[in-house]
Amino acid sequence: MLSVLIILPIITVIALLLCSGLKQVRVVALGGAVVQLLYSFYILFTYWEQRVVDGSQMLFQEDHVWYAPLNIHYHVGIDGISVAMILLTAFVTVAGILVSWTTAKLSKEFFFLLTLLSMGAYGFFISLDLFTLFFFLEVAVIPKFLLIGIWGSGRKEYSAMKLALMLMGGSALVFVGLAGVYFNTQALSGAHSFNMLQIAQQHISPEAQRLFFPFAFVGFGIFTALFPFHTWVPDGHSSAPTAASMFLAGISMKLGGYGCLRMATLLMPDAAHYYSWIIILLATIAIIYGAFATMMQTDLKYINAYSSISHCGFVLLGIGMMTQTAIMGAVMQMVSHGLMTALFFAAIGMLYDRTHTRQVAQLGGLLKVMPFIATVFVIAGLCSLGLPGLSGFVAEVTVFMGSWEKADNWYRLATVLACASIVVTAVYILRAMGKVIMGPLQVDGATVQHNLSDARWNEKIAAGVLIIGIIAIGIAPFWLTELINQ
Amino acid sequence: MEYSNYIALIPLLPLAGFVLLGLFGKKTFAKSAGIVGTLFLFISTILAFYTAYQYFFVNGKVNGVYQPVTALQYTWLQFSLGMSIDMGALLDPASVMMLVVVTFVSLMVHVFSLGYMKGEERFATYYAFLGLFTFSMLGLVLSTNIFQIYIFWELVGVSSFLLIGFYYDRPAAVAAAKKAFIVTRFADLGFLIGILILAFYSGTLDFGTMIQRITGTNSPVLAQMTGYGVVGIPVLSWALTLVFIGGAGKSAMFPLHIWLPDAMEGPTPVSALIHAATMVVAGVYLVARLYPIYLIDVSVLKLITWVGAISAFLAAIIACTQTDIKRVLAYSTISQIGYMLFALGVPAYGEAVNTGYTASLFHLFTHAFFKSLLFLGAGAVIHFIHTNEMGNMGGLRKFMPITHATFLIACLAIAGIPPLAGFFSKEEILITAWQSNKLIYYIALITSGITAFYMFRLYFSIFYNKTSTHSDHHGEGNLNMKLPLLVLAAAAIVVGFIPFTHFVAANGKGEEITISASFSIAPIAMALAGISLAFVLYFNENDQPQKLATAIGGLYRAIRQKFYFDELYLFITKKIIFNGIAKPAAWFDKNIVDGFMNKLGWATTGISERIKALQSGSIQSYTLYFFGGIIALAAVFIYLWT
Repeated sequence: MLSVLIILPIITVIALLLCSGLKQVRVVALGGAVVQLLYSFYILFTYWEQRVVDGSQMLFQEDHVWYAPLNIHYHVGIDGISVAMILLTAFVTVAGILVSWTTAKLSKEFFFLLTLLSMGAYGFFISLDLFTLFFFLEVAVIPKFLLIGIWGSGRKEYSAMKLALMLMGGSALVFVGLAGVYFNTQALSGAHSFNMLQIAQQHISPEAQRLFFPFAFVGFGIFTALFPFHTWVPDGHSSAPTAASMFLAGISMKLGGYGCLRMATLLMPDAAHYYSWIIILLATIAIIYGAFATMMQTDLKYINAYSSISHCGFVLLGIGMMTQTAIMGAVMQMVSHGLMTALFFAAIGMLYDRTHTRQVAQLGGLLKVMPFIATVFVIAGLCSLGLPGLSGFVAEVTVFMGSWEKADNWYRLATVLACASIVVTAVYILRAMGKVIMGPLQVDGATVQHNLSDARWNEKIAAGVLIIGIIAIGIAPFWLTELINQ
Repeated sequence: MEYSNYIALIPLLPLAGFVLLGLFGKKTFAKSAGIVGTLFLFISTILAFYTAYQYFFVNGKVNGVYQPVTALQYTWLQFSLGMSIDMGALLDPASVMMLVVVTFVSLMVHVFSLGYMKGEERFATYYAFLGLFTFSMLGLVLSTNIFQIYIFWELVGVSSFLLIGFYYDRPAAVAAAKKAFIVTRFADLGFLIGILILAFYSGTLDFGTMIQRITGTNSPVLAQMTGYGVVGIPVLSWALTLVFIGGAGKSAMFPLHIWLPDAMEGPTPVSALIHAATMVVAGVYLVARLYPIYLIDVSVLKLITWVGAISAFLAAIIACTQTDIKRVLAYSTISQIGYMLFALGVPAYGEAVNTGYTASLFHLFTHAFFKSLLFLGAGAVIHFIHTNEMGNMGGLRKFMPITHATFLIACLAIAGIPPLAGFFSKEEILITAWQSNKLIYYIALITSGITAFYMFRLYFSIFYNKTSTHSDHHGEGNLNMKLPLLVLAAAAIVVGFIPFTHFVAANGKGEEITISASFSIAPIAMALAGISLAFVLYFNENDQPQKLATAIGGLYRAIRQKFYFDELYLFITKKIIFNGIAKPAAWFDKNIVDGFMNKLGWATTGISERIKALQSGSIQSYTLYFFGGIIALAAVFIYLWT
């Protein structure tokens, strides 16, 4: 039943090829995404039911041999973490397609690539075979390059190339790490194995773990803006079209976080413990340094991109702390940040469409002319600064509580520094909000003043979908923690 | 009726108002938003009073003590075994008292705003925000869990932000809103870390269990927390100090007070509700909530005492020099909260454990009434005369008789003239201070004189002095505005007679604090002296105040500039944090980290450019490479062979 998650996008993609014109294309793309969203909910509910009955670690497993000589399988299965990530992907995909409703340029190709990207993400989150995992990771990389290079703005070629090269570099490192794991396994027949569950059971030797963990972790880390490999994030996001930014920050960065998590908790826990202080060090730097660097940004997309570096630091911090609570917090932060940052990029995109500028200095008092978009911006901002009632707070607090369980003074110091970022975040969010949304009305870039209309129906639904997700986690976090905890 | 049947409605009704007005306010409730919001709150208020009646009079004392009741408790976020954020409702004398205060004052503000905010473009949004604030404040008051209080703590913070910045197109309002949020956020960081420490050692987030585990006889938790120190200070002191920093930020104590005067940019009824009667006393409430733990740590209690006393004194001095009437009231609020805090802390010096707690909360209680009355009165004045500046006012008693009368009652109450409410609570605080620490007592005594002075400076400047040039049109305002003034004035007269010690006490039993006539002579004399001085200087228009100000020159300027605290903060944020940390971080990221990555990319391109030259496509050079390669290989082989 999990394969449906991959088959649905493939059907959508084929249907897209048969369509012509923006009107047909977008309806098909949206239809596919909505069906996928409904199916994700179906998976959520069946997972809840099945989990009570079935005690195994991964449910709904399907296992087919793909390439026998190397013992590569198409092997999928899910646990609560995967379900959370699938839901995230489905939410962001629907919102992303709705936001791009009026993309006139090469619309067929645009929606084709978006759907392909989501397919890669779904496949990645359900893979239990390392090779399948890697395959889907790559599926999710290539479309990004094209999305930025063709539909982007500003220095798009530079950014697209930078992003593609860094992510490819990350993939290469991941591949080395995974291959290293593979050659250190012993399947029953004497062949090696890519099966994640088997590898976890076999517990490959600590020496091999220590050797290959850095490759895999740094490789995945590049995807989730691990310091100092985060520099593709600001350039990539700012050049990308709105939907691509939403996908990049909302889904793509989560591929890295999810990969890091599986490496650290499932495949190579010994090495993760061994290197935990390095992970924590880099994560803490990312959190606090990313936050301060955000303060100096003048472009709204750069602000959100840098703040993503800071927020994704919480994911890595949670993973590095290796306590159950902290890891739960890391997963919550992935989901929360995915929704929140997608919402933020959507709001910025809507503003940009109307005002043709993203410079904070050129905008002001937009609440007056576009109250809906301004409210969306405020909600995204408040979620980012960790307001209770929205998802960011519960995720961050869980990471803090989990980190504090480590009773070592250095770890405590890292936690305190991470906590301190909530103040810095408040500063940069409120500075942007106070200028762009509040204050006297000012729009420098807009060529025609009457363009300053409020959100259209598609934009309202897109924002609404993401806000529902954010609030559902923010006011009732217990369902998410129940889902994540085994 | 069981509490659990209705207690949740008290906070949830205002929340429902927020959701309803927030989503549909603009279209459906454009005109009726005020009525809708007020109705929701009215039901809440009735339920809150009913709860108080049940708690104090129906269920009453068991074994001579008002027992704390956990009326509701739901696990909201489970971290690990035994460690969870629970949402619930804890009823004890302090929280029930706060329920009454918050709903009552909020209701008065809702009613007042019907007139005051009439015709505002964002009328519905205003009531939505008021609902959000009231919900958050009630949730804060009812907290059973230290994280629950933190959550609602943040929510009152954001409501305050939204309401200060209500006139969002005024840069001053936006700046004030940001300042309020960021300063309190900074303080909340302390609170958060304090929670983490307390939770780690006590293994729980529940107030009751936490207090029990730390204060129990021969508590191993306590032994751990006092035995282990960081930088020579026991972790217990760290935790309590950090939590107190959070409280001091919210309660605008020195040196974290700078946001409160600026917060007066919000609509005046909001200042009455949030920045006078309810939210700003959250810090006092927080310390009171954890009071049994604070009592263990005398050093932190002393810190609280001095922070409170210094705030009370300095804010009172600054209040004497301000000319914006709302700012005078803001500094007065800081000063009065200072009283509440040092009353909580001063038992560290003596035996008056119970009286400190009771006196502090009593003052919180009475202060809520007369201070919100003062703000609403100021609101009525501003509504009438369209300015905040004292210099543009004068002689208003003729035009606004009801405002004048009620304002006078409030001024007398805060000055501590018997038999008004402020007299009783302030007297209890002074007695506690006298029994514990004489120095604190004298500071408090002098401050009460200054209080009387600046309040009557305000009163005479508004209602007497020269006759304001502005004297026209729409009278004093409608019944919506007058009624809350009258009700609050009545409260300011009678609430002092409530036998508060009987109801609210640290150990639940309550000890009578006797106010003796001989003790009261000094405070009343101080108050009268302050009033007389204000009378001489401000009753009639004269140049005495100006002369006085020039006579003390530099000192006056320093006070008027609020001891340059704002400038100090500006220096720290702009020069140190922006230019010293953020700018270098951004520069480093752009030039070093990203620069390195780009260099890496260019280097790769450069190398490939060089290699590319090899594949020139000309046969001659290939032949050359070919033979060159053969010769080189031959050389290697020959070398290896021999």
